[in-house]
Amino acid sequence: MADAAARVLIVDDNKVNRLLLSRNVQMQGHRAELAENGRAALEMLRREPFDLLLLDIEMPEMDGFAVLEQLKADPQLRDLPVIVTSSMEGLDSIVRCIELGAEDYLHKPVNPVLLKARIGASLEKKHLRDQQKELVRRFATSEVAQDLQQSGFALGGKRVHASVMFSDIRGFTALVESQSPEETIELLNSYYTLMFDAIRSHGGVVNQMVGDGLMALFGAPLPLDDCAGSAVAAALEMIELIEQFNLERAATRKPAIRIGIGIATGDVVAGYTGTQQRATYTCIGDTVNLAARLEEHTKVARRAILIDTETKRALADRVRVETLGAVPLKGKSAAVEIFAVDIGRSG
Amino acid sequence: MHESVIDKAVYVELQETTGAEFVDELVDTFLEEATGMLAELRSARADNHADRFRRAAHSLKTNSNTFGAMRLAALARELELKGLDAESARDTAAIAALEVEYKRAAAALKDLRHG
Repeated sequence: MADAAARVLIVDDNKVNRLLLSRNVQMQGHRAELAENGRAALEMLRREPFDLLLLDIEMPEMDGFAVLEQLKADPQLRDLPVIVTSSMEGLDSIVRCIELGAEDYLHKPVNPVLLKARIGASLEKKHLRDQQKELVRRFATSEVAQDLQQSGFALGGKRVHASVMFSDIRGFTALVESQSPEETIELLNSYYTLMFDAIRSHGGVVNQMVGDGLMALFGAPLPLDDCAGSAVAAALEMIELIEQFNLERAATRKPAIRIGIGIATGDVVAGYTGTQQRATYTCIGDTVNLAARLEEHTKVARRAILIDTETKRALADRVRVETLGAVPLKGKSAAVEIFAVDIGRSG
Repeated sequence: MHESVIDKAVYVELQETTGAEFVDELVDTFLEEATGMLAELRSARADNHADRFRRAAHSLKTNSNTFGAMRLAALARELELKGLDAESARDTAAIAALEVEYKRAAAALKDLRHG
């Protein structure tokens, strides 16, 4: 509810102004916190959440203009609504505040009725924006949400160096037929939770889930120093987590599950594809196709993790791999060198 | 006499919107703080510090407007807009005039507070 009590930060170097504004804000049913200058205000804003900032301009240490600039540059704070309250002379300063992102400008002494209307409008806008962000967050990864916020939404891609991972559950169809749909959903939820944790903790982003399969990116939308190493580390952790998960399943007499993972590294085109109405963040290119083929080939090769030459090269000697030689893969005219990552047990 | 120093309509409106008791406290705070602002004005003049001078005048103007001390606000505003004068004697004279008006306003506010 936009009417609910909001946390309002009041920044003013003048004590009378602080007391008066906080009285007005409290009489409107909101909670007021006080700061004496811009620097102190920014510290508070970075430490705890606020719904609205009432900002004075003329202040020692750090003035209101500098605060607006800093808020604008901070992805966490740039959506915080700011109402400037000042008795600066001239239109220039008002224009500058609005240009720097202030929601509104109220001349001091502030008229309480006007203040109430402006606070109400700002909170309503913030409420809508928060809802929107929550939706984006739920249906996109936080990295994609952040990328969307920073660069805006535009269809079309850019070329980036990344590692692409495909993973799925071996023999999933047979498993689905042997158990109730509720059990399958429960299994998938546990499985996805574990896989997301492993991928995320190594800097990867899951960008597609289809049935029991998933596609993850390392190095897009945000660049990653060692994308191949991170992808392989994530894969090893995924295998380990599945083994632990299987121990739990065995305790309740449920069959073990096995996963297959394919990883390829190289240039991909990453970006938003679809239409203006409905789009998804994804990667396309040979590297993506190769990763998908490697994952399929884990069934044939009977190995849990297969990687391509580029990934192996980037790994150097950090991880033990087994050379499986050149293998013909679907969609590839020439045979492709593939390698199996040693997972410390027979695949 | 008081009517000319403090605009009663502004003062009453402040009481109506924030409560008479709160305004009493706010007046006390202003009287405590204003002495400091006047001292800051004098010391900024002595140090030739334009920013501090402007800020002190600005603060005084804003608070005077809040209580309806219109003449005091006008004198402070003049100093804020003009800034430091090349001839410091002119500022010293202006500050002295401001202090006289402040004493009147302070007395009027104290009366209102107890009236």
